[in-house]
Amino acid sequence: MTGAPQPETRAFTESFVIGVGRKEEIRRTLEAVLGEVAARAYDTGACFAIRLALEEALANAIRHGSGNDPSKRVTIECRVDRNEVVISIEDEGPGFDPAAVPDPTTEENLQLPSGRGIMLMRSFMTEIAFSARGNRVRMIYRRPEAG
Amino acid sequence: MPSTGSRLRVTEQDGITRISFVDRNILDDANIQQIADEILRIIDERHEPKVLISFENVDHLSSAALGRLIIINNRIKAKNGQLRLADIHKQIYEVFVITKLTNLFRICETSDQALASLA
Repeated sequence: MTGAPQPETRAFTESFVIGVGRKEEIRRTLEAVLGEVAARAYDTGACFAIRLALEEALANAIRHGSGNDPSKRVTIECRVDRNEVVISIEDEGPGFDPAAVPDPTTEENLQLPSGRGIMLMRSFMTEIAFSARGNRVRMIYRRPEAG
Repeated sequence: MPSTGSRLRVTEQDGITRISFVDRNILDDANIQQIADEILRIIDERHEPKVLISFENVDHLSSAALGRLIIINNRIKAKNGQLRLADIHKQIYEVFVITKLTNLFRICETSDQALASLA
């Protein structure tokens, strides 16, 4: 009888530079990173949180940072180990001021069809920080028992 | 390659339109646009539409999809219709709670409860 596969104990560190127009490649990269997370026995809730934050950050980089310009590139850097997942996403755009994004949960903004991505990234990840220019976001998910 | 087939399953029952999704992940901008356009077309074809959107098959939903749901909700309201959301997985429900969209949408635990509230 064979047991369940043992969780991967080695860290996965990789950097990807992908053209904004290469949607399939971006999706494959995203799935590869999430596969590395799942291989290290992060639970369903953690995998949901990391996918959500990664999807939102990539969508921001492509839609807002790159203006959907297929000639622009996004850089995804990640390090996945048993204790934490660190992901950085950088676009070639001019950046933005995350503090200027209105709170989407106030009564006057509740009907706005956009502006919730950053809030979700902050809620589901342990830490997120933007570069001074605002064209790079670094997100960390720390496994709760890792302290 | 973008899909040209419908991304929805649509059934009618006692004047209520029940919509569910083919895709488990509603994340891609082009897919979200297609799904929203299909739902808006369904709403536009009906007088005082009563619509139930079931998320029973959905594992992931992006903030862009939430934005489209707001537009759909507004269109239904403008036609004096009613919208219910149902069968939302626990983690996606958390997304609605965090964004306070639980204050905007009528969310039912199950499709049966949603159908009863629309009857």
